Amino acid sequence: MSAVADTHAQDHHHHGPAKGFSRWLLTTNHKDIGTMYLIFSFTMFLLGGTMAMVIRAELFQPGLQMVEPEFFNQMTTMHGLIMVFGAVMPAFVGLANWMLPLMIGAPDMALPRMNNWSFWLLPCAFLILVSTLFMSGGAPNFGWTFYAPLSTTYGPPSTTFFIFAVHIMGISSIMGAINVIATILNLRAPGMTLMKMPLFVWTWLITAFLLIAVMPVLAGVVTMMLMDINFGTSFFDASGGGDPVLFQHVFWFFGHPEVYIMILPAFGAVSHIIPAFSRKPLFGYASMVYAVGAIALLSFVVWAHHMFTVGIPIAGQLFFMYATMLIAVPTGVKVFNWVATMFRGALSFEAPMLFAVAFVILFTIGGFSGLMLAIAPADFQYHDTYFVVAHFHYVLVPGAIFGIFASAYFWLPKWTGHMYDETLAKTHFWLSFIGMNLAFFPMHFLGLAGMPRRIPDYALQFADFNMVSSIGAFMFGATQLLFLLIVVKCVKGGEKAAAKPWDGAEGLEWTLPSPPPYHSFTTPPEVK
Amino acid sequence: MRVHAKRAGALLGGLLFPAWSMADWTLNMAPGVTGTSNEIFSLHMTILWICVVIGIVVFGVMFWSIFAHRKSQGHKPANFHENTVVEVLWTIIPFVILVVMAIPATATLVDMYDTAESDVDIKVTGYQWRWKYDYLEEDFGYFSNMATSKDEIYNRQDKSENYLLDVDNPLVIPVGKKVRLLVTANDVIHSWWVPAFGVKKDAIPGFINETWTRVDEPGIYRGQCTELCGKDHGFMPVVVKAVPEDEYNEWVAEQREAAERERELTEKDWTLEELMERGEQAYASACAACHQADGSGAPPAFPALRGSQIVLEDMDAHLDIVVNGVAGTAMQAFGGQLSEVDLAAVITYERNAWGNNTGEMVTPKEVFEYKNQE
Repeated sequence: MSAVADTHAQDHHHHGPAKGFSRWLLTTNHKDIGTMYLIFSFTMFLLGGTMAMVIRAELFQPGLQMVEPEFFNQMTTMHGLIMVFGAVMPAFVGLANWMLPLMIGAPDMALPRMNNWSFWLLPCAFLILVSTLFMSGGAPNFGWTFYAPLSTTYGPPSTTFFIFAVHIMGISSIMGAINVIATILNLRAPGMTLMKMPLFVWTWLITAFLLIAVMPVLAGVVTMMLMDINFGTSFFDASGGGDPVLFQHVFWFFGHPEVYIMILPAFGAVSHIIPAFSRKPLFGYASMVYAVGAIALLSFVVWAHHMFTVGIPIAGQLFFMYATMLIAVPTGVKVFNWVATMFRGALSFEAPMLFAVAFVILFTIGGFSGLMLAIAPADFQYHDTYFVVAHFHYVLVPGAIFGIFASAYFWLPKWTGHMYDETLAKTHFWLSFIGMNLAFFPMHFLGLAGMPRRIPDYALQFADFNMVSSIGAFMFGATQLLFLLIVVKCVKGGEKAAAKPWDGAEGLEWTLPSPPPYHSFTTPPEVK
Repeated sequence: MRVHAKRAGALLGGLLFPAWSMADWTLNMAPGVTGTSNEIFSLHMTILWICVVIGIVVFGVMFWSIFAHRKSQGHKPANFHENTVVEVLWTIIPFVILVVMAIPATATLVDMYDTAESDVDIKVTGYQWRWKYDYLEEDFGYFSNMATSKDEIYNRQDKSENYLLDVDNPLVIPVGKKVRLLVTANDVIHSWWVPAFGVKKDAIPGFINETWTRVDEPGIYRGQCTELCGKDHGFMPVVVKAVPEDEYNEWVAEQREAAERERELTEKDWTLEELMERGEQAYASACAACHQADGSGAPPAFPALRGSQIVLEDMDAHLDIVVNGVAGTAMQAFGGQLSEVDLAAVITYERNAWGNNTGEMVTPKEVFEYKNQE
């Protein structure tokens, strides 16, 4: 415990952080770990984004001009893996680390040493993953869904390193999830019953259970791959009696809950931000909780909607179609609740609110295309086209990522003690908003016109919209450097933030000064 | 997916790039030419309009709040935070809409799965990176390779109208007949898609998937592989030529004859030059995607053949690898894919091209004996 120096800080009589690098390497403090998660996630966001820029540069016009197809496939694969496992998931764990103890009135996370370990595993995992780019045969090139046997028999030699990296990040996620559950169930302030918990806490509790349920399944599927590649088994090799479709069932049993893991915490955060800037309590708190629970449960019985074209029997096809359509009901409830919260409020549009409102609108558009994809017969036309790419970027970029930006602006004054530059933040929002729509909306048209996904070159009728999409992508990508500038500026100084900088905000985190003391609630607050 | 937003997008694009032809700004799915594709199109339009209406209502309320209930305009917030009636209603109404939507979707799906009573059966096999079509009742089959040249892809030459969507030998089907497709793959998973038919089916090694189509309009229909299958995934188009029945029968007769002639070629006495000439073509279609046209390969996944020990020296090992493949690698067994003539030609070509000048040749008869010795 050299991380906590045995000196008393002058105010609040709390221990301060150790000096130098050991503060970060050995820290068990939820705020330090949260900060490291957020910095790591943003670094990965820029790296994964750079790869997206390579993809969009190649697709700017027909023909091969920038990269070869082999490298293009490595870029799409690494972009997906890094964004899912390196950018979005760690960002939410970072937010959880920072905010859960503050929101439930706890001094820290329940398992602080494990917290340190689950963070430091991540840079190791991604060092291994990114190093595959420099290996002979190149990085994984089989898509982030790594379907066998393309990823086993036909995969590059670096696949084993990829498997190892996935194992490590899986362990990190599972430990993070255990920590979240232990914290929420044990360290709530007296009086905070489950149905009084802030929604971000609720959504993270459910997310953590999803993580514990499905990360071992992911570990299982990559372990089977490892055996197939190195130890002569034939789980996924038809010529040895194996089953390539088994891979997809196991993968999507993980993969579908995984997509909710990437969105539920954003649902929670937005459910704080919209009431705060509407100056009106959240509409339908209880139904919000039940809706998240319903979405989480349904997420386990819809996996085969990713596999409508693999030839599952019609009874299975119908079951998965109906179950998938059903998800629209609780998701709809959430959207209606957010709109009802805004209705007849007193709205103001600071950066967090701008991102949150864009979240609701654009996520709903992603939900609509999701509903269209759920219709199995229509999915035969949409499947594996750019329509799908448009759909999941609409739920992930303005969904997960705008949710993260909204949260970051909402809580930055709390974290740093300074207000961020509102003009720059609004510029960041509008450029992101325009760039993102310009990049991803035309992909709907490309998919409907018949452009398959994951191709480095395309037929001439797709040229125009691809150029528009690339311009939008470059705009969105470049804009994110502005976010870095805004955050650095805010950390370094700026107008002092009050304990509660947003007049409509509610919750225990606003009862602490900004920035909060190194150790949060040493005596638990009373919740009535 | 709102239509007005689509129009706005196209309009915006048109304003930014006025020089471009508006003809290419296709926004929506095409209805296609089969019953299935038309049913899918109508499902697609129905669900799209349902989404548009819901979107207008929900976003309408939201924008009303955004404009009318602003703090800057002095609006005082209300304090309501629940209303059981409203909450029950907006749970039940979407559910009812979904049920209404599920009924036609179910009917279409049942129809799509009905592959019974077909007139023609064709086996479609995905290979890295081409398709093979076997006419099961007719005893012939052939590969279908992309016909777009590297020069077009690498921008050394103007791109033709059907850039990336052209093949050497299209699948030929008769119009007005129920064609059953048995879809499988030889190596990795591929997916066979012709948008105009509303047919997309994954080609999975070890599985035979069934699907069907009935095309009424003669014409040429184009699609692509839609499951990532390796480096040339973007370069394995599907082209289907639907022809009137008479023309189809004539074509089938020609193909059967050609297949028969091909089998007879095994008995012919071949010279080195003849084998080299045929080998160059066979190599280009079967081998060059991985081992490259100049035999340099792409190590470590695809070894170089130029100067390779096996190619220069050990003839038996060379035969074995080409005929039986190498387990656990991307090297397929070509024994079942290529004719004896093509196998002999490819091996002879590899042993004499790119400065490999061994002067050795292997004849179709020798390959036949090799394949049948076990």
